[in-house]
Amino acid sequence: MPALRGRSEFRVFWRTFKRNRLAVCAGIVVGILVALAVLAPVLAPWDPNKPDTRRILAGPSASHWLGTDQLGRDVLARVLYGARISLAVGFISVGIAAVIGIILGSAAGYHGGLADAVIMRLVDLMLVFPRFFLLLAVLAFLQPSIWTIMAVIGVTGWMGVARLVRAEFLTLKEREFVIWSESVGASASRVIFRHILPNAMAPVLVAMTLGIPAAILTESGLSFLGLGVQPPYATWGNILNDGKDSIEIAWWMTVYPGLAILVTVLSYNLLGEGIRDALDPRLRQAVSRFARPQR
Amino acid sequence: MALFALRRFLLAIPLLIGITFVSFLVIHLAPGEPVEVQTGDLSVQSTAQARQALRELYGLDKPFHVQYWKWLTRVVQLDFGRSFQPDGRPVLTKIGERLPITLLLNAVEMLLIMAVAVPIGVLSATRQYSLFDKVTTIFVFVGFATPDFWLALLLMILFGVQLGWLPISGLRSLNSEYLAFWPQQWDFISHLILPVVVATFGGLAGFSRYMRQSMLEVVRQDYIQTARAKGLPEQIVIGKHALRNALLPVVTILGLSLPGLIGGSVIVESIFAIPGMGQLMVQAVFSRDYPLIMGNLVIVAGLTLVANLCADLAYGIVDPRIRMAARRRRR
Repeated sequence: MPALRGRSEFRVFWRTFKRNRLAVCAGIVVGILVALAVLAPVLAPWDPNKPDTRRILAGPSASHWLGTDQLGRDVLARVLYGARISLAVGFISVGIAAVIGIILGSAAGYHGGLADAVIMRLVDLMLVFPRFFLLLAVLAFLQPSIWTIMAVIGVTGWMGVARLVRAEFLTLKEREFVIWSESVGASASRVIFRHILPNAMAPVLVAMTLGIPAAILTESGLSFLGLGVQPPYATWGNILNDGKDSIEIAWWMTVYPGLAILVTVLSYNLLGEGIRDALDPRLRQAVSRFARPQR
Repeated sequence: MALFALRRFLLAIPLLIGITFVSFLVIHLAPGEPVEVQTGDLSVQSTAQARQALRELYGLDKPFHVQYWKWLTRVVQLDFGRSFQPDGRPVLTKIGERLPITLLLNAVEMLLIMAVAVPIGVLSATRQYSLFDKVTTIFVFVGFATPDFWLALLLMILFGVQLGWLPISGLRSLNSEYLAFWPQQWDFISHLILPVVVATFGGLAGFSRYMRQSMLEVVRQDYIQTARAKGLPEQIVIGKHALRNALLPVVTILGLSLPGLIGGSVIVESIFAIPGMGQLMVQAVFSRDYPLIMGNLVIVAGLTLVANLCADLAYGIVDPRIRMAARRRRR
């Protein structure tokens, strides 16, 4: 089974994963990114929100490595602080999506029948909405804040996980160990939480790893439009939004935050694919079909 | 086939009702009284007048089912009310003006994606692990990771600002009216080049990947071995026997990725100042033009549903197994 039960199975996973050098490198980059985000207050050379009227739109220099923005704020410090927001939004919104997806997917897969039909039609329904239109419509009614953004991205992004979990339940339900535990009178919740879910988690973990970069892209897109995380918080998206107005003179405000997004998303994707291949090559198709970044 | 089409069609009806329901639910998602929340920082005209208009429009003082039913009966007649903007024009008219350009952009993108992604996918599948395959794999990963708005900005810096080759905003130049016929057409097309390239880029990565995967599965099949064994030239084996079958699942994926493409037009249209549905939506959100937001949401989702239905039907036409399966299930 592709579950991470017991040490030996983890060792098998690790041995396979280790061989994929690209994924290992991506994992290291992800680690560095997380460290940079956590240590931003220590590492940032300047206060990210402190304007400096003497250095408005100054190009990269020894004191400001990535230049300054239209208020004279240090772009490097803002990019570092932006990493905190982007990663937090990525993790938390994917967490929300996973919880919703696991609950609905398990209910549909375990109970079948009417519950399954209703939940799966709900999935179809959510997938008919172009995600950005739905996000914008919801955000128009809410006060923009980091928490709203996380919640909204999570609530509109659980469908892939629900489908995966349901599919796993449908196969696992027929397995001997599940039928056996049901026949000796285990309660539904025990069967679900003790026997089926742990075995269904592998594809979910992979989908979550691949969901984080998708959420980061979505958040930065919203912030770029000015509808995501609001100033004074620096995020990669709203640095790009600031940079758009002075694009003809201050290329550094556009190039560096974008590179940060590119590197982050790329390394998460490579890491996610590496984990997937190491867990179970057969998952290759199923997960990538469900975990694509959706707009 | 008629039965299959009918079945698909009937399945779409609950989804259509669901679309209207979710769209209506959106206004009730806001904590507390939704009309009070619009005094946000973004609000341009959060006046008492607008609140009153909203309350009357959706009957927010009535029970939920009454509100929904009232709204639904109007939406069925495609009446989305009037915009909150000072011009106060009907929402449907506003959307109607914006829809053609968005549809044009998406159709061109779709064709371009197919035209480029299919050859790339086939070549990298038939030469698995070759240099070409590796290069396209890198391209796919970088393509997935590149934010479209960032790519748009970079292309604007390069082609618009530095090289000055292409216009970077709007659909026509100011002097467009005074140009002769062909220069005028070129003026229009040149305005579309950057937006189309940006929108195509993201989809390209995914599609060439699917095409490659689908092709890899097909070339392993027995009938491909048979075709080779009877001495057919490789081009015919790949170009005819394999390609036709490999294209089948791609038709479905094309339909499924439509929401993504349409959603992408929000960003692309905003950056390049193209007066389409996406830009309209962003403007509506900024000015808290609720009737316009709801109308936009319903229409966009409805169009996606129709497109998915078409893709389903197309799949049924090209692949007899699908409609046979539908018939078997029915019995």
